[in-house]
Amino acid sequence: MALFLTISFSSIATGIHTWLAGTMQNEMLVKITEMAIAGISLLLFLVPLCFFLGYMERKVAAFMQIRLGPNRVGPKGSLQIVADTIKLLLKEGLTPTASDKFLFNLAPMIVVVTSMLVMAPIAFAKDFQIWDLSIGVLYVSSVSSIAVIGILMAGWSSYNKYSLLGAMRSGAQIVSYELSVGLSLISIVILTGSLRMSDIVMSQENGWWIFKGHIPVLISFVIFVIASTAEINRAPFDLAEAEQELTAGFHTEYSGMKFAMFLLAEYINLFVVSAIGATLFLGGWMPFHIGHWEAFNHIMDFIPSSLWFFGKTFAIIFIIMQFRWTFPRLRVDQLLTLEWKYLLPISMVNVLFVTVMAIMGWHF
Amino acid sequence: MSLLGEPELTEEGEFVINIGPQHPSTHGVLHLKVWLDGETIKKIQPHLGYIHRSIEKMSESLSYRNFIYATSRMDYLSAHINNQACALTVEKGLQIEAPPRAQAIRILMAELTRLSSHQLWWGCTGLDLGAVTPFFYAFRERELIMEIMEETCGARLTQNYSVPGGVMYDVHPNFQNRVKDVMKQVKSRFREYEEALTGNVIFEQRTKGVGYLSAEDAISFGCTGPTARASGVSCDIRKWFPYDGYDKLQFDEIIMTGGDSYTRYMVRMEEMKQSVAIIEQLIDNIPEGDFQAKTKMVIKLPKGEFYQRVETARGELGVYIVSDGAASPYRIKYRSPNFSNLSALSHMATGAKIGDLVAIMATIDLVIPDVDR
Amino acid sequence: MFLKDYFVTIYKSVGSLLKGMKVTGYYFTHPKEIQTQEYPDNRATLQMFDRFKGEVVMPHDENNEHRCTGCQACEIACPNGTIKIITKQELQPDGKKKKAIDTFVYHLELCTMCNMCVTACPSDAIKMAQTFEHSVYDKRQLKKVLNAPGSKLMEGVE
Repeated sequence: MALFLTISFSSIATGIHTWLAGTMQNEMLVKITEMAIAGISLLLFLVPLCFFLGYMERKVAAFMQIRLGPNRVGPKGSLQIVADTIKLLLKEGLTPTASDKFLFNLAPMIVVVTSMLVMAPIAFAKDFQIWDLSIGVLYVSSVSSIAVIGILMAGWSSYNKYSLLGAMRSGAQIVSYELSVGLSLISIVILTGSLRMSDIVMSQENGWWIFKGHIPVLISFVIFVIASTAEINRAPFDLAEAEQELTAGFHTEYSGMKFAMFLLAEYINLFVVSAIGATLFLGGWMPFHIGHWEAFNHIMDFIPSSLWFFGKTFAIIFIIMQFRWTFPRLRVDQLLTLEWKYLLPISMVNVLFVTVMAIMGWHF
Repeated sequence: MSLLGEPELTEEGEFVINIGPQHPSTHGVLHLKVWLDGETIKKIQPHLGYIHRSIEKMSESLSYRNFIYATSRMDYLSAHINNQACALTVEKGLQIEAPPRAQAIRILMAELTRLSSHQLWWGCTGLDLGAVTPFFYAFRERELIMEIMEETCGARLTQNYSVPGGVMYDVHPNFQNRVKDVMKQVKSRFREYEEALTGNVIFEQRTKGVGYLSAEDAISFGCTGPTARASGVSCDIRKWFPYDGYDKLQFDEIIMTGGDSYTRYMVRMEEMKQSVAIIEQLIDNIPEGDFQAKTKMVIKLPKGEFYQRVETARGELGVYIVSDGAASPYRIKYRSPNFSNLSALSHMATGAKIGDLVAIMATIDLVIPDVDR
Repeated sequence: MFLKDYFVTIYKSVGSLLKGMKVTGYYFTHPKEIQTQEYPDNRATLQMFDRFKGEVVMPHDENNEHRCTGCQACEIACPNGTIKIITKQELQPDGKKKKAIDTFVYHLELCTMCNMCVTACPSDAIKMAQTFEHSVYDKRQLKKVLNAPGSKLMEGVE
């Protein structure tokens, strides 16, 4: 147990790196090998993660709806989602005759790949990151907006009016909600003075921003959660799918594996936005520290950093899931009203407050 | 606009989508042809007939006792009230009246049916607007009422409990206690319903001002039930043409004047409370006596026309029987509430968004088998 | 004034949303409120109501005797031809011929469980059973003969 505690993700990563550097002379080769390892381990991490998130969503929904949820396949139904995935894999992937076949098949790839790209700058544990690039936050907010192209592509190429309506809704929605997400991320960047993810986490060593930043950061956290729920097309903002209105929106025509990829992307996106929210506002892998209580801080440090990270991420995921299973869906014009009349003005004024706070040094 | 739907040319920028017959929010096999300009609805044409089972024609070859069972399959959510309407019409023709006990039992069952129907509607409204969870809360209470039905009538949905002259058999000995328990639970849940959906700001936004129907339009489209009462039209058959002793009961006819989806929602929510009030008045005062009047083995109605209207959960159901003196009706016509209410849909939804169409359909509370019969 | 309205709207909206989340949160944290019945597992304890209309059966006593006289009242009462009674003339010990049932055919696939046959029966020969798992792979299996082979009319039932 003691041995286990001393092994952290970062020590494994450093171990692999030194071993590779020792065995391979060519520095280029080492880099490429490491990239391959990172990619494969990301994939190996994402698939079980999505299984878990799918299971979690079903169970959360079931408990809120006074049901039991999946309880047949595997212990407590935990393998139900695996069975469903196998079913989707075995199903025929139909491509409508009238569709633009190239774009139709490309769209799910784009959606999945963008959501995976955003994983790069996320710090999963202490010193454990795929790519700690210096513009981490900017990278996240710019890459995540590519997903809308995949959705528009899917809607346009399906040759289905429902799909088209869904895609158009999604386009309007993501373009507008990106602003609020960006502005709420900016407020943390202002306070930290850096776009680098590791810097942002380190700046929260003596307290998370949500506690240090007073009310303005709290407001931007709330705006971030709402706007990112909208950005990843989840209820109550799931207008692009809107089952009751558009049957399935942009992925009406998709089936089999291609449909599964949209589902996969949805859960990866859910994880990504929660992870970013956790990193920026709740300190990422940073344990819970209170000012100068050295003893308390020391105890908190004993909990592995990865546990802190995943705990915080799943707390946000749970909130977003609860949104989905509580609220009715907004109408398309109300969706835009919410963004342009409420979230955007508030977050703009909020950024002003945060800036004043940062200049005056009023935060802890 | 041609009613029989020859293909019409669409204007520039207009496009047509077919909502239904298989669509999550049409609650059955309704087919709506919708002309859209972007998200805005320009015109709606309902296409019917996907679940036509010719109940009216079928009834012409059945005896006056036998044709009632089929009406359970019309508006299956107010099955008992449909049966009651038919039984009342036959009783009118025979010029008999059900014994007081049978009448009380019928009213109790009718109000329980109305309550369960409105509960299902409440859940489905949430579901249609995208909130899935209220559906399950609604079904929890509905299940309790279904159990009462099952215990006394032997079936949960298609009870076939009303027969000409009364009810098929007496209530179960447990009936009164069970109803009292259930009413206690149902009343305690109303607060939760309000917290979960009524007060929710998104719900209010989605329904307020959506699908406005003026009182004049409600009358001219022949809307009845909560749909018309939300527009300020007083049309509760239980008050205007009391049957089975509704005139002896204290209850309010809920009339509101908003005319929009939110008002229709509120009318139904209040009606649930009124149904509970009726049941509570009656449950301890079920008169003793026979549960069925004596009727002949083979019922033959005298030559003539007989009409009886009742208030189902969705509006006015009229049963019109033409008799030529034989053992089975010469012609039966049902004036079903949903058919008339559906006719107002196009008027209400023109100019609204697709999302609003779903909200309007949810608050009209359509049951498609009743439209087609 | 406008600003005040603006913030009051936000305050009220957030309040109403939190109220909704309180309801779902309550049920999430109270698993004892779960209503699900795990149906095939609770078969042993599942008790149907005694009036539940599952299918029409004809009770036989220990001597393999039923109460059906073959009067066909149920066949007439049935709205959709679910019941077909084939009768025969049986020779009585005193030499008279008497009508008796040969086969009582009941088509479960046509039955709507309206209970009209049971109320029509003058001799309480048929009743509703509380079974409900009727699904079969071949619809011919739904055509049932209700009188047991070799059964005869109970003494004293006219």
